[in-house]
Amino acid sequence: MYKAVSGSPLLLEIGVETMYDIIVIGAGPAGLAAASTAAREGLHVLVIDEYMKPGGRLLGQLYQESNGNWWNGLEESVKLNEQAVNEGVKIILQTVVYDIERQDSSWIIYTENIVYTSKQLLLATGAAESPVPLPGWTLPGVMSVGAAQVMTNVHRVKPGDKGMIIGVNVLSAAIAMELQLAGIDVVAMALPPLNQLTHQHSRPKEVMEALLHASHLAPSKFLRIGSKFMTNPFMRQLGIRLYPKSGISMWGIPIQLRKAVTEIYGTNQVEGVIIRTIDINGSPVSGTEESIACDFVCIAGGLYPLAELAGVADCPFYYVDELGGYVPIHNEKMETPIEGLYVAGNITGIEGAKIAISQGVVAGYSMAIASGKQGLVENLQDSIKKVHETRKQAAIRFHPKVDIGRNIIHKQWEARQVPSTNDATII
Amino acid sequence: MTRIENHPILGKLGRKKTVTFTFDNQIIRGVENEPIAAALLANSIRTLRNHEETAKPRGIYCNIGHCFECRVTVNGIQGKRACLTPIKEGMIVQSGKRFATPVRDWSGNHV
Repeated sequence: MYKAVSGSPLLLEIGVETMYDIIVIGAGPAGLAAASTAAREGLHVLVIDEYMKPGGRLLGQLYQESNGNWWNGLEESVKLNEQAVNEGVKIILQTVVYDIERQDSSWIIYTENIVYTSKQLLLATGAAESPVPLPGWTLPGVMSVGAAQVMTNVHRVKPGDKGMIIGVNVLSAAIAMELQLAGIDVVAMALPPLNQLTHQHSRPKEVMEALLHASHLAPSKFLRIGSKFMTNPFMRQLGIRLYPKSGISMWGIPIQLRKAVTEIYGTNQVEGVIIRTIDINGSPVSGTEESIACDFVCIAGGLYPLAELAGVADCPFYYVDELGGYVPIHNEKMETPIEGLYVAGNITGIEGAKIAISQGVVAGYSMAIASGKQGLVENLQDSIKKVHETRKQAAIRFHPKVDIGRNIIHKQWEARQVPSTNDATII
Repeated sequence: MTRIENHPILGKLGRKKTVTFTFDNQIIRGVENEPIAAALLANSIRTLRNHEETAKPRGIYCNIGHCFECRVTVNGIQGKRACLTPIKEGMIVQSGKRFATPVRDWSGNHV
């Protein structure tokens, strides 16, 4: 009902609907699926997102599935958006939510322009990329690997002609291939320099182990064959010692697990990187400096749940490495310990878009039940089963032990249910 | 930088409505509603601002609104993120510049 006009006090805005049964923050796969599910049950749903297009991180995704079909994130985003709109969901883009507040069993959602209220609130804010600071990383031309993905697949502008990728993981390997597909030369992928922040991402052995869990992506014969005998820890150690100094080629891109980029150089923008050979523990070997010319650099530090708004709502968190970082405590119904607050998608742990969609459906049913809709208990149970099935079939696993991570967070939920049923004391 | 006109999976870029805007008084052509950062990169412009204190050049980092590295002034409004702001005909975009007074001196008197 209220609209702030830049610099002036709040003015009454006639005709703008501000009260909803459910508000969803984040128009990615989880948020859109949740909104569609709840709206289908007759609820009045609003989705808010700060980006210019609906779809979130799904927009940039483009990879071939094991059945040969391409997973086209742009198309999937359009489908999810159309489905939501057809169910009567209102979607507002380019709108920043800067605060949320619980008042008289309602949520108050503050955006730049309008203040909205709802009975239930779903946080589906997704994930952010962990930065990897290293000398030269503020030069124009240095970007997160996700930034290069969005520039290439969504905006169709080349991030550069020739790029270096720092950080070897499932996400950066997938995006390296996407860059090549768009005709962009990826000179090499190498590890970040070893420091307090990068630790396991800078040690060849640990990076190799993480990659082996993703071997169903079959990026190279070495990894495919390797994954069979690499189950033995001794062989793993041997494998990384024998790892070719020139790297292993994946889709024509050299993957350097025994080299780290220690510096990015350039005067006004990226001109190249300095790369050094590293020992199996990640420490650089002196006298091995080489310079590689390139005009852009992608930093791939991995993803973490983007959960600030859950913090603002006083939701308790728990750190789960297998889920990518601090995760709001929640149960399988996507409820948090805060009444009327739900979470779905990457805010609950880093996984693929299909799992985010299935979690969104669960959250949609949970919120519909909490809104008083009858006869949905079976739908909710089925939707929870669907999350497990989707996880089993996932083409890309961001963390090999994601199931363990899920159990850890659900145990945290259960532990909170025992001492008291009063939410106020749990916080 | 060039636009990806043909993509083996995503197909042809096709014809899109172009608009003109200015970046530090330079006339730039871009595709209507694409982000300022994409339009500038398509015109080989990577530097979106100079650091307030060191004047070192900065460009996009995350490209989806999280990092605020790409903040520019749009039609007189400061702190707009170039990665999230769609371009419109006649838009006036200005890069961030080094402050006339060092930040430490300024903050010393204001915090």
